[in-house]
Amino acid sequence: MNQILSLIQSAIVFGTVILFGAMGEILTEKSGSLNLGVPGVMSLGAVGALIGGFFCERNIPDAGSAVCLLSALFAALILAGLGSLIYCFLTITLRANQNVTGLTLTIFGCGFASFFGGSLNKLAGGVGQISLPTTSLAFRATLPALSKTPVFSGLGWLAYAAIVMAVVMQWVFNRTRIGLNLRAVGENPATADAAGINVTKYRYLSGLIGGCISGLGGLFYTMDYIKGTWASDGGIEALGWLAVALVIFATWKPVRAIWCSYLFGLLSWLYFYLNGLSRASQELFKMLPYVVTILVLIVVSLRRQRENQPPASLGLPYFREDR
Amino acid sequence: MDKKNREPLLRVTRRDSIAWYRAWGIRLLSVVLALIVCAFVIYAIVAMNPLKVYDAMWKGAFGTVRRSWITTRDAMMLLCIGVGLAPAFRMRFWNIGAEGQILVGGIATAACMIYLGKYMPTWLLLIVMAVCSLLAGAAWGFLPALFKARWDTNETLFTLMMNYIAIQLTSFFVAKWEHPAGSNAVGIINSGTKDGWFPSIFGQQYLLNVIIVLVLAVLMFIYLRSTKHGFEIAVVGESENTARYAGISVKKVIMRTMCLSGAICGLSGFLAVSGASHTISTTTAGGRGFTAIIVAWLAKFNTFVMILISFLLVFLEKGASQIASQYNLNEYASKVITGIILFFILGSEFFINYRIVPRHRVHAQAAQAEKEEKTA
Repeated sequence: MNQILSLIQSAIVFGTVILFGAMGEILTEKSGSLNLGVPGVMSLGAVGALIGGFFCERNIPDAGSAVCLLSALFAALILAGLGSLIYCFLTITLRANQNVTGLTLTIFGCGFASFFGGSLNKLAGGVGQISLPTTSLAFRATLPALSKTPVFSGLGWLAYAAIVMAVVMQWVFNRTRIGLNLRAVGENPATADAAGINVTKYRYLSGLIGGCISGLGGLFYTMDYIKGTWASDGGIEALGWLAVALVIFATWKPVRAIWCSYLFGLLSWLYFYLNGLSRASQELFKMLPYVVTILVLIVVSLRRQRENQPPASLGLPYFREDR
Repeated sequence: MDKKNREPLLRVTRRDSIAWYRAWGIRLLSVVLALIVCAFVIYAIVAMNPLKVYDAMWKGAFGTVRRSWITTRDAMMLLCIGVGLAPAFRMRFWNIGAEGQILVGGIATAACMIYLGKYMPTWLLLIVMAVCSLLAGAAWGFLPALFKARWDTNETLFTLMMNYIAIQLTSFFVAKWEHPAGSNAVGIINSGTKDGWFPSIFGQQYLLNVIIVLVLAVLMFIYLRSTKHGFEIAVVGESENTARYAGISVKKVIMRTMCLSGAICGLSGFLAVSGASHTISTTTAGGRGFTAIIVAWLAKFNTFVMILISFLLVFLEKGASQIASQYNLNEYASKVITGIILFFILGSEFFINYRIVPRHRVHAQAAQAEKEEKTA
């Protein structure tokens, strides 16, 4: 029983990382931009949180956890936002290819994060691995009423924030004028343009805000998942690609992404709780989330239900002059 | 001027054509600009004279004969993947799965080395390994193509997921072939007998890699430019409807081309395992499958231009890791520099394809036209 509870808890913590990443990507893709730079943006958010927390804990001697929390949050949002702005500028204003730009952003973002994450402490004259106990604890604060209940006792407040954000996002998509306009831009930008919607503005803003949300996934990864340290093992890059997969898995619906992300977490951690697996077969088990994603991708393309399709102009650039 | 008809500050128009030297001038300028930006970044971090930085980078990449050969070997590896990706991208099939195709090719090669190494002479083993890696890569490329052709399944995401399946498969085999036990690595395969290693030619260990890849690059250039298959790929890439109207079987072309693309990527796995590292791990591909996409795209599928870009990227990688080790930083600095340079090159394409006319010049042109009209 304990094992099952602990599996559920790790699944939710794991799921929250990719849920943030996927929500950001859903928002970006709704406007028609396929941003393959999600792993890079998430890495930027992760290292941003690390830098923000590091400076706070180092330079302000008696800073409370709230100050460190805010400084980490701001730094994460700024770095992730800047990263996605590079993408927006290159693909929207300079009309570069979306896939290639996204991949470059991944190379740049992951490299930037690993570089500073790995050597931040050394550059500042410290020794050993970076560690941010105060900031990390602030992010891992549980909801007061639930701190004794199993499963919930291990969930930081950001895990709940992610759920709220997903619900709000779905509501905005389906129930507001802004959401309608956004979907119009993603489905058929030429029509949206003719209807007086500023396509460029919508694409820029959805890319920027989406990038910030994805960056929160990186923040959650460093502060909660690995508890305020840094690991240059490519773990966050792999999670970033899983977030891209999750967008398909959830068929571009934020609320569906909630349980899908927990399912991904479950599939990813299952091997750890199955007894009697050799190390080799554990590796095969870790394949599960990807195999399931491919199956979903195939089923979606086979059934061709209209409400499950990607935005019609996903990945296509829009220039008013090109007809 | 009234507010409704206000001219934008800059007007962007598509260029019909541009002389090749101007296009290359713009690209060169973008690389130079990128290097200047990188110099500032490096200066901000290590406070080292940027010119000395580039000198150190040059030494890191080409400082000794051995370093030059390793740089060449890695550039050839990148080129090989780029050559493999070229036909797929020409067809507008987004094969993001090179990473996985390299790995399965590498697994096939390593399996041959381990299980068949004792029973075959080296030349036969090399052929068997090449064939196996080609087949493995082709299979990995064929699967997404089949679903794309039949049911229009999104290939970008399918091939991306296939990467991670390949990575886990590699981890599986690493655990299976672990040597010595507990090291969580395969170690150098056949380190005593050198079975299945690339032989030295004229005393050069990596010459065979260079020969194989250059031959492939030339063949691919010819294949894309002047064969029927190459023409079909180009037509499908431009417009599937046109292809169908012209009687080209789009499904067949997609599947055939992806088999070819995957096979060559698989072959680069063979080069990586048998011709370079003599081991297999999840980092055998090391992100080069993704970098090669950018190589292929920037070169506009011209395999000779790819040589240039491959060398540029590998030079940056080697140079940056040299600086990193000199200053006791970590080697990820090279990724940052590579990213910045690629951003600039990607951005420069805009100035090749479009012309920007500032507002005052638009006014001048309009006034000129008006004047001419009056005199006429």
